[in-house]
Amino acid sequence: MATGPALPTVDVGDPTAAVAPVSARRAARRETVRLLLRRPEFLIGVIVVAFWVVCAIGGDRIAPHSADFRDPFHGHSAPLSNGYVLGTDRLGRDVLSRIIVGSQDVLVIAPIAAAIGVGLGTLLGLLMGYYRGLVDDVLARIVEAFLSLPVTLVGLLTLVVLGSSRTTVIGVVGLLFAPIVARTVRAAVLAERELDYVQAARLRGENGLYIMGREILPNITGPIVVEFTVRIGYAIFTVSTLSFLGVGLQPPSPDWGLQISEEYSMIINGYWWTVLFPSLAIASVVIAANLIADALQSVMQR
Amino acid sequence: MGESGCGKSTTAYAALRYLPANGRITGGKALIDGTDVTHLKTGELQRLRATRVSMVYQDPGAALNPSIRIGPQVEEAFTVLGHSDARSRALAALDHVRISDPRRVMARYPHQLSGGMQQRVVIAMALACDPQLLVLDEPTTGLDATVEAEVLDLIQALRTEMGAALLLIGHNLGVIRKMCDRVGVMYAGRLVEEGPAEAIFREPRHPYTVGLLRCVPRLGSRKEDHRLETIPGFLPQIGESLPACVFVDRCPIATEVCRTEPPPAVPVGQGRFSLCHHTDRIAAIPAPAAEASAPRAAQAAAPVLSLEGVSKTFKQAGHNVYALAGIDLELRAGETLGLVGESGSGKTTLAKTILGIHAPDEGGVMTLKGERLPGTVAERGREEKRSIQIVFQNPDSALNRSHTVRGILMRSLKKLAGLAGQAAEERLETLGQHVRLSSRHLDMRPRQLSGGLKQRVAIARAFAGSPRIVVCDEPTSALDVSVQAAILNLLADLQRDEGSSYVFISHDLNVVRYLSDRIAVLYLGRLMEVGPAATVFDPPHHPYTEALLSAVPRVDGEPTDRIRLEGEIPSAAAPPAGCVFHTRCPRRIPGLCDVDEPDLKEVEPGHLMRCHISVEELRRVQAKVVEPAEA
Repeated sequence: MATGPALPTVDVGDPTAAVAPVSARRAARRETVRLLLRRPEFLIGVIVVAFWVVCAIGGDRIAPHSADFRDPFHGHSAPLSNGYVLGTDRLGRDVLSRIIVGSQDVLVIAPIAAAIGVGLGTLLGLLMGYYRGLVDDVLARIVEAFLSLPVTLVGLLTLVVLGSSRTTVIGVVGLLFAPIVARTVRAAVLAERELDYVQAARLRGENGLYIMGREILPNITGPIVVEFTVRIGYAIFTVSTLSFLGVGLQPPSPDWGLQISEEYSMIINGYWWTVLFPSLAIASVVIAANLIADALQSVMQR
Repeated sequence: MGESGCGKSTTAYAALRYLPANGRITGGKALIDGTDVTHLKTGELQRLRATRVSMVYQDPGAALNPSIRIGPQVEEAFTVLGHSDARSRALAALDHVRISDPRRVMARYPHQLSGGMQQRVVIAMALACDPQLLVLDEPTTGLDATVEAEVLDLIQALRTEMGAALLLIGHNLGVIRKMCDRVGVMYAGRLVEEGPAEAIFREPRHPYTVGLLRCVPRLGSRKEDHRLETIPGFLPQIGESLPACVFVDRCPIATEVCRTEPPPAVPVGQGRFSLCHHTDRIAAIPAPAAEASAPRAAQAAAPVLSLEGVSKTFKQAGHNVYALAGIDLELRAGETLGLVGESGSGKTTLAKTILGIHAPDEGGVMTLKGERLPGTVAERGREEKRSIQIVFQNPDSALNRSHTVRGILMRSLKKLAGLAGQAAEERLETLGQHVRLSSRHLDMRPRQLSGGLKQRVAIARAFAGSPRIVVCDEPTSALDVSVQAAILNLLADLQRDEGSSYVFISHDLNVVRYLSDRIAVLYLGRLMEVGPAATVFDPPHHPYTEALLSAVPRVDGEPTDRIRLEGEIPSAAAPPAGCVFHTRCPRRIPGLCDVDEPDLKEVEPGHLMRCHISVEELRRVQAKVVEPAEA
């Protein structure tokens, strides 16, 4: 399970062997990037994400209106009327502007939450996979207990208890993801620890920490990177769900999930655009993250 | 025959038009029984493959579907041919490949069978269509020598019965010699020599064949007598532009013409050709220098490691598995102790116990240089860890693929030799020189190195702390013969210079004999015979050793009389009563061997044996199966 492409082997007496040493690793990385760029799903994913990154950075500056702007005369204005491309909500706020500005929260919260989940999960997975036995049994039961609970429900309850803020949302989502990541990392470590180089490290007296961190970890970066990308997708989804349930970001934040939550009861009156467009925004980021994850998976885990 | 990467399998697959998606036949013809397969339509090709040719792959475990019982799998081979009585035919087929209880075997899943049995099943399926051509791609590579001998005997017998032609791919020259009438030697995608097997092995007429035959240690060759011949240089990379003669860069008799003109196929005898400009100068290839690569180890040297009553029992699903039972063994300074036995005999467990990977059972004592050696690595001090190191079988798994060679070696120098900074750099340089790694290799990662170079790095790592004992666990079995020769030479040189002792595990008895000063033969976790290499390999020997030796296919031709082991090594969870070997022993004495376990007795000075039969009796009965005259 090499994380890079196989390079031609070189040997004494082989004239092609005179490669500058450092360039070998760089060449391997370049090759990975080249293979990624060849995959259409990766390109589509990157373009979509890039679009939202531009929106997030531009924010109020590129949005036609500010997120809090209210048009007192045009509440629930339909798309393409009164100069509002995607229409306005019941308070007369511009849906397009709120989607553009709302991308900021998503693009900050989701990666940080995913990073926390992957970091913690990797640590747990390394401990479980490397030590096995009692450590694995105890941690695995805890992880399984967590996995058996619906993420949204636990998140909901925790946020109700802790109170909602950007920090708590990030923390809670990150913690909830850790067990899932731990399971993936544990499996990778289990395969890796059977290889002789781990035995060789033990035979020269390395401690567990060194073996996990310096010997095993560099060889399982492939699955970890893939897991990270997948988790970003799920984080966006979870954060939006929590906001929709009212325990995530609080009004008047233009968060997408919150927008849907504020407006969905009005769909029945024919005001579909206030719900559809934020939903599409969520879907596009989640799908883009998954496309990138797919491409990474097939390129890095050959 | 030929080394890996020279195109053996590709040739066979191309002949069946069974190439991977990125391969195609660019020209030429492949005739099977007069039909050109290169231009057949898909349907015709399938019919041809189904009815006239069969294939047996290297790994029988992967060739059988793990979730289907043997019976239905074998029956399927007949149903696809349209036979309605598939079940009875399957029974007959299994019977045909000498499976003693076919009905019971048919009810089993592949993983419940041993490797040898699995390969028999695969062969039975391959013979279902009564093929005219049977392609065997390294059919015995993963098997023990004793099982290999059985499977090869079976294939040979079936060939005579069925009259099928065999295309046998192999890198084991002994197997090729034993099995084949005609041999084609391949190098870099070309057939460089072809002809009758006898003639080619007796008098090779291509420099590559000469080199190949010389790098194998012959039965009887010893490190004190001569170094192994190697073929300098390396096989050209796939995709590299090839010189006019593909072998020119490694050829000892190459001249200018070899670079400018492709060599013609020179007829060199009845049905024989060699792709060489200089077939007349083959005799001029310098013979291997008779230089000894290692001095004879001092027999009287003090023991550096001794084991007393070392046992190892594993708990497995509530059962006790007795992997080692009461091993008493000494390893002297500067000597090589060869460990031999079939898989499951406890070789690796013994090695791991010495290394401290798992502790021996209560009561066993290990002593290193006169001091008691703690059971596990965790309890051992740096001095003890430094003193006992290992070279693994598979260098791909043994080296961390994300570290550079320099990183790997520096870490070992730090942990084992306690060196850092300038001192470590200097030691790294000498270490690299000792294993013949050039400085540019130091900054590479394992996957950029060839198998031989990787194994050199692994050896350098083991020697970083100037060890007293190095366990070599089949260090050359993953390598090609010419690379194997270089690694064996290196190990012999290092031992001469560093005075380390080796515990050398290998299933290749020729290799063991080449390198070892003493041999220990293990069976079901017990020592059956221990003694100086020459004594163990020459009669009288323990019946088990005798069987192991007679299973080895010889590059130099066959001994006339051989004994065969029946069946498989019993389970270590329930070792047979009495002598553990009595169930398979061709010389067992009923009423004695199955009741009473013999002791390990000294039968000659330094030669210990665990057998009820007296050494005089063994000498008498084994005198008939004398080794052929040795070169």
